[in-house]
Formats: sequence, structure tokens, C-alpha cells
Amino acid sequence: MQNKISISNLNFFYGKAQALYDITLDIPEKEVVAFIGPSGCGKSTFLRTLNRMNDTIPIARADGTVTIDGENIYAPGTDVVALRRKVGMVFQKSNPFPKSIFENVAYGIRINGIHSSKSDLNHRVEKALHDAALWDEVKDRLSSSAFGLSGGQQQRLCIARALAVEPEVILMDEPASALDPIATQKIEELVVELKRDYTIVIVTHNMQQASRVSDKTAFFMLGKLIEFGPTYKMFQNPDEKLTEDYITGRFG
Amino acid sequence: MASTGTSLHNRRKLVNTIMASLTSVCALLVTLLLLLIIGYIAVRGISSLSIQFLIDTPKPVGEGGGIGNAIVGSVMMTLFASVIGLPVGIAAGVYLSEYGRNWYGNIGRFVADTLIGIPSIIVGIFIYTAVVLPMGRQSGLAGSLALAVIIIPIVARTTEEMIRLVPNSMREGALALGAPHWRVSWNIVLPAAASGIATGAMLAIARVTGETAPLLFTALNSRFYNYYLDQPMSSLTVQIFNYATGPFEVEHAMAWAATLVLVAAILVINIFVRTLTRKRY
Repeated sequence: MQNKISISNLNFFYGKAQALYDITLDIPEKEVVAFIGPSGCGKSTFLRTLNRMNDTIPIARADGTVTIDGENIYAPGTDVVALRRKVGMVFQKSNPFPKSIFENVAYGIRINGIHSSKSDLNHRVEKALHDAALWDEVKDRLSSSAFGLSGGQQQRLCIARALAVEPEVILMDEPASALDPIATQKIEELVVELKRDYTIVIVTHNMQQASRVSDKTAFFMLGKLIEFGPTYKMFQNPDEKLTEDYITGRFG
Repeated sequence: MASTGTSLHNRRKLVNTIMASLTSVCALLVTLLLLLIIGYIAVRGISSLSIQFLIDTPKPVGEGGGIGNAIVGSVMMTLFASVIGLPVGIAAGVYLSEYGRNWYGNIGRFVADTLIGIPSIIVGIFIYTAVVLPMGRQSGLAGSLALAVIIIPIVARTTEEMIRLVPNSMREGALALGAPHWRVSWNIVLPAAASGIATGAMLAIARVTGETAPLLFTALNSRFYNYYLDQPMSSLTVQIFNYATGPFEVEHAMAWAATLVLVAAILVINIFVRTLTRKRY
């Protein structure tokens, strides 16, 4: 399996406080990689370095390299806008725009000028909603407000919105942490489904979730990558004592 | 133990009842105050109100007269002031909240706050020196500019506050789709804050509709219908001032009627904007 993203010697700082220490990690194409670890261990920060979302924080600074398809995204002159189109993101709290369901999905298509015509736009919106397993639930009310959807539906709408711009990688920051078990199950099924076409990186607090959806798991603690390996191995026979302690619930 | 618990509970209930009544009485007072003012103006003003009064220009005492030209002047100057003031104010507010976390933004914020606190008559004097003197005469344009100077800082600050209320997660959501910063500000953040911004704009417009002092030096007044911004222009407020300070009872009655029209207009602006900006999503 080819590597989609390679991170090497990545250090990350908020002002003077170091949040990530010397992280080196390869994320293979079209697999699901889960990041686990206790709160504040830097897994979300790390996820956000992969589409340079941390750029919005003025005091944040990264050094080291993150290459996606062989290109260092921290090289000077990198087009962050193009990067984010290629590396989509789904957030912990669903964050639909104050627009209709249709317009939420259409937004990314429009701003990136992906569609060739009005009917192409409609088609793309429909496809994205299908892919996010939401179409059947919203097809009769595309023009009503996105805020009228349930929490789980809103989150799938956000996934649809991310899919609509045809990314290659999807970053998910605890996408199901605010959802009930049934909605969570739908999101998990979706992640497994999406793996066929996308490289997925998912941050989760839920150990079972990591074991159910991911091919590989990375365990972080205090800004350091403790262990990274195939999920089954991480959960059955981890190399590190810390990993075992965390997974078996001795702390965290 | 049980008895202490009950007495504590009773005390809390009592305090709660007292506080609830106190605040609701105050709320009633506020509402009453407004109703009283409007009611008083209506009673005093309604007798002189007629279609003719709304159309006529001021005439010598005893020959009737009205506020037609004053209405036109007020509408024109408020509109023109809004055309200048709202875009500048809103854009400045967008800058302050979305980009202005630096020394430049801090200065802008401070200046806007100071401007809001400046008495409006000083704005009038400023425009008098800056516009009226070079032009050689008072004009609707000068009046509009004075009103715009009042509108801009109010709208800038309310826009900034409203935009700050837009959750950051919404911005991130748009950025993560590959939207450039300006597009996020323009078609996600601004619409999300639209109803709040409109309320701020409405307040600013309502405020300048009631301004007299800055117009006295700048637009002056006119006894005729005037549709040209480069000429002295009448306004409701200045006309009310003139009628109210006149020596005759008929004039005072007309001042009341004009006041009624002004208050009604401000009320209508309020209601209109509120319906227009009702949250759709």
C-alpha cells in the first residue's frame, strides 16, 4: 500500500508551549488511520496540521515536514486553499452553514468552481448526499434549513459537504463524540464505506470505535507518538506498556 | 435539620418572588414609558394632522402650512447618509472582527468608540468647517455627510460585535472546504450575522432620523420642496425645532403633529427591518 501522507520530525508550538514532539508517521492511501490518546495529548492538533487548519491561530508554528503525494505542504508557496480542497475535514461539532441543506453541500462546489452547469451542480449535490447516506432522509426538504436536521444528520451533512469538493483525504476530528449510539453507528458504517475512495484519518476518544473502523491506530500521549501500528495488533498485543495501560482503561 | 431546610427553602422562594416581581415591574415601567410618550405625542399631534399637512410646505402663520418638504428632505438625507455610511460602517466592522486583531484594529476600535461618544452638534460643526465653508453654502449633501459620520462608527461597532458572535466553527468549516478567507467573511460570516447587523443599521438610521443638531449648521432648512442635494434642505427635526420655538400656538400644534409623523416613521422603520431580517435559517 502506497503512502498518501508522510509526516517526518514534526514539532508543533503554540507560542512557546510545545504541543507535538518530533512526530514521524506514514498514512497509507485508502486506509483508515485512527488517532487515540487522552484529552490534550495533541491528536487534534496533529490532525489539524495535515490541512494546515492551525494557520488560523496566529501564534501557532510547525516545523518538520508533512508531505502529501510527495509534496511538502509546509514548503513556502504552498497554496493552502488548494491543500484544503484536497484534504477535507469534518469537525467534532457539526457546523452546518446558516443556509439550506442543498446550499450547504453546494457551497464548496460553487467556491471551487467544480460544476460545469446547474444540472451538474444538482447532480453533484445529490451524489454527495448519497455518499454520506443522507439523501433518502433529506431529498424532500433540500431547500429547508440545515439547522432543522438532527445532530447525526447534521454531521452527515457536514460529511456530504466535505465529499462534495472531491477531496482525496478526509480528516475527522471526533466526528461522533456528540452523537447518540445509532447516529454513531451510521457514521462508523459510513467511514468504512468511504475507505474505498478516500484516505481517512479519524481522531476518537472511543476505543471501540477505533478498533471497529480503523486499519491502523496511532496512540499519542503528551504530544508524543507512543506507538503506531495495525489496529488489531495495537489492541491485542501492543509493544508499549503505556499503550496497553491506556487501551485497557488503566488511565485516560 | 428538616425545619432549617424548609425555612431556607421558603426564604429562597420569597426572595425569588420578590426579585421576579421587581424586574417585571421595571419591565412594565419601560414599556409604559414608551407608550406614554407615544400616546402623549399622538394626543397632542393628531388634531393638526391631515393629508394637507403632510403635503404642504411651511407658510406664514395663519395660512396653514405643513411638512411636505421636510419629509422629503429627511428621507433624502437619511437615505444618502445610509448609502455612504452603511457600506463603510459594515466593511469597517468586518475588518475589525475578522482581520483587526492587531494594533491597527485596536486603533480603529478606539477611534470608533470615541466617535460614538462625540456629541452630534460637534459633528455638525466639523462638517460645517469641512464641507459648508468650502462649498459656500449649506446643503443637503453636507447634512447627509454629517449624518453619515454619526452612522459609520455605530454600524462599525455593532457589525463587529455581531460578527464576533458567529461561531468560529462555521469559519473553520468553510475554510476546510478550500474557501479563501475573504469568501468565508463574505458569504458565510456576513449572512450568519445579517440580522444582527441589520438591527444595528436600523438603530443607527433611527438615531440619525431623530438628529437635529448636526443638521442645523449643515443642511440648514428650506421653505420649499428641494430635490437637489447641493441646496439647503429641510428636515423633519429642524422643522419641528422651528415650529416648536415659534411664538404661536398654531405652530406648536404643527410641531406636535410633525413629531407624531417622525415617531411613527421611526417605528415603521423598526418594524419593517425586523420583518425583513427575520431569521430564515
